[in-house]
Amino acid sequence: MPTLDELMRQGRPVARHRPWPRTVVDAAAWNAAAGRLSDGDWTLLGLWGEAGAVHMALLDGTGGIGVVSLDCADGRYPSIGQRHPPALRLERAARDLFGLQPLGLPDIRPWLDHGGWGLRHPLAARTEATEPAPSYVFLPGEGEGLHQIPVGPVHAGIIEPGHFRFTASGETVVRLEQRLGYVHKGIEGLMAGADLDRAAALAGRTSGDSTVAYALAFARAAEAATGATAPPRAQWLRALMAELERLANHFGDIGAICNDASFTLMHAHCGILRERVLRAADACFGHRLMRDRILPGGVAVDLANSGVAALRALIAECRARFPALTELYDNTASLQDRTVGTGILSAALARQYAAGGYVGRASGRSFDARRTPGYPPYDTLRFDVPSLDAGDVDARVWVRIREAEQSLSLLEQILHQLPEGPLRAEPTPPSEPCEGMALTESFRGDVLVWLRLAADGTVARCHLRDPSWFQWPLLEAAIHGNIVADFPLCNKSFNCSYSGHDL
Amino acid sequence: MALILDLLVQGGQMALVLALSPLLTGFVRKVKARLLRRRGPSMLQPYRDLLRLLRKEVVLADNASWLFRVTPYLIFAATWVAAALVPTFAIGLKFSWTADLIAIIALLGSARFFLALAGMDVGTSFGGIGSSREVMIATLAEPAMLLIVFTLALVAGSTQLSMVAVMMSQPEVGLRVSLGLALIGLIMVAIAENARIPVDNPTTHLELTMVHEAMVLEYSGRHLAMIEFAASLKLLLYISLIACVFAPWGIAAPDSAPLAYAIGTAAYLGKLALGGALLALFETSIAKMRVFRVPDFLGAALMLGLLGTLLLFVSRSL
Repeated sequence: MPTLDELMRQGRPVARHRPWPRTVVDAAAWNAAAGRLSDGDWTLLGLWGEAGAVHMALLDGTGGIGVVSLDCADGRYPSIGQRHPPALRLERAARDLFGLQPLGLPDIRPWLDHGGWGLRHPLAARTEATEPAPSYVFLPGEGEGLHQIPVGPVHAGIIEPGHFRFTASGETVVRLEQRLGYVHKGIEGLMAGADLDRAAALAGRTSGDSTVAYALAFARAAEAATGATAPPRAQWLRALMAELERLANHFGDIGAICNDASFTLMHAHCGILRERVLRAADACFGHRLMRDRILPGGVAVDLANSGVAALRALIAECRARFPALTELYDNTASLQDRTVGTGILSAALARQYAAGGYVGRASGRSFDARRTPGYPPYDTLRFDVPSLDAGDVDARVWVRIREAEQSLSLLEQILHQLPEGPLRAEPTPPSEPCEGMALTESFRGDVLVWLRLAADGTVARCHLRDPSWFQWPLLEAAIHGNIVADFPLCNKSFNCSYSGHDL
Repeated sequence: MALILDLLVQGGQMALVLALSPLLTGFVRKVKARLLRRRGPSMLQPYRDLLRLLRKEVVLADNASWLFRVTPYLIFAATWVAAALVPTFAIGLKFSWTADLIAIIALLGSARFFLALAGMDVGTSFGGIGSSREVMIATLAEPAMLLIVFTLALVAGSTQLSMVAVMMSQPEVGLRVSLGLALIGLIMVAIAENARIPVDNPTTHLELTMVHEAMVLEYSGRHLAMIEFAASLKLLLYISLIACVFAPWGIAAPDSAPLAYAIGTAAYLGKLALGGALLALFETSIAKMRVFRVPDFLGAALMLGLLGTLLLFVSRSL
């Protein structure tokens, strides 16, 4: 069995793909990779298409990363999803956008294309859609006394749209099937032909709650492609923003999970903490969510001394108040009764799907893009990647509590060690086409950005893979056997992105 | 003359519960908001909401039957009549001689029966879920309630609320274990009946966790106003019931002076405020339980009622 290195050497390496290699392989090597994936030796980081080719980012057991590509001029390629289910939805999405047919994929239904675009394969052939899309057939659940509960895409609360089809036996969920794609914005289509600044802005709008992580991933991919490096101070400020974003999201979601168990006290207090973080971010960087603050080559704004003071005050306040909230969560028996043992995700599934973030870490998969592959300045910072094995809602809450504590410590370290220097080194436009890739850790998990720049410096193709691609299917598995009324709690503990997934 | 006075007191009681119930709901919400360090909406907001709903157009599902349209009025009427039978500021109400505590339970049960039917009428899955959960809760809450009533009836020798209130205000009743059990049981039933945390969450936006709200999801306009009003009335009813049976102090006796009625009203308002505040405090300090824990919760109420009754029998026979 070939290692990833050997497999990469078998094919034709692509020049100017940084920082990890990309190789164009033949169908045999492609299938060999599928075998290694389905055996669980390697991890699928992403699968995306373009007109006439399909690409797959792989992570082997030793932390090596590589991209294998398969040319498919006839628009067909051997399906990975038929052997490795995590690729299923990615292949369906690539089929909708590019018309690439995965041979052997059992699921022939569309995924992102709901028939409302007026054309088919919008990123490749752009053929007019002549006939209306056939109605979407949900997978059947058969048995005596089973009934279906359709939920969404419009929900009673103010959340993003997604459809959930429950097949239930009384209150017990027998099958949950998701249907997503309602917030497809065509980001990858808008990216094509955009200059770097506009593309960076678009990347930051993929999923609003992870705008820093997306902007960072895009900036790092663009820097890798052009061979540029952001100045040290910019790198540290980026990490500062990323940790602030992580902190705000963790605070907000810990409270929101408790709120879904109708424990509003936690929600109110966590809401206050989240608001404090956002206000500090606003005071430091001029935007509560820090959107458009990270650019290819550096950052847009500097951190003033007043900002440092605001952050120190924020850290002090969080350290003073958060432990009491943690204790409240731990000591409220009625709340523990809801979260412990609810929505258990098995370690095997988390590993198979390469679940990132707290979803994976609560089920024993302690992957963190800040560690593997790692990026500056995290190599010089001390932090733990908390990981638990229980896999239930409670474990996911605890991982987030511990991560919030780690983020506070990281913020302190960054403030302490923040170097002086310039904020941005504008990337020099490439003279020939080049490709870059980056993996960054959003609060939800690893964001992958793959970018190809044309010779004139505009974006030829950019793919953004949200961590939710590998977490949404796991929610379907985690809810199995739970009661319908516990779904909101499980869903909130996963808190997958609709917008980032639908692109 | 006496008849006119009686009718006045009864009429006053009916008007009072109607006028106060949205305020009580608003008060509970306000206290909850303050406990969460929010400012919260005005206590008068429920009145404005009712007014807004009454002015709004009713949107009906195409397949809604007459039952769906009639049910809100039925529920409102039944709940109002039931609330009018519970002595609030005065005992010896004109109507209370025609209906006792068991009749009140029956009225509320009928209202619930129709609401559960209406929840299923349109045929949406949420209505069905809500109705099935509501009926599950009802089948557990009603026996518990009846056992509590038996306990009270054994102590007071009557199921008439006025008689019970008079009896309970006598010093010879004293502190009894059975009554303590009945009080706790009644509070548990009241929480379940009024769809409060930890059994149900009246403010949730999560369709899948709703019980009461799921049944009324399809209602709008004046229909919804009637249902919301009935829910407020029901909360007031239960707090009044607990106050009347377990804290009958200050309640005006029949044919007493106007001052006694004034004292009775003031005492009643105080009891409502206390009950509302305690409810808000309790709801803030606890998470909602799993749907399948509700039988345990109400089973405990049932057992408390049963224990109360048994203890009385045992102590009598000695």
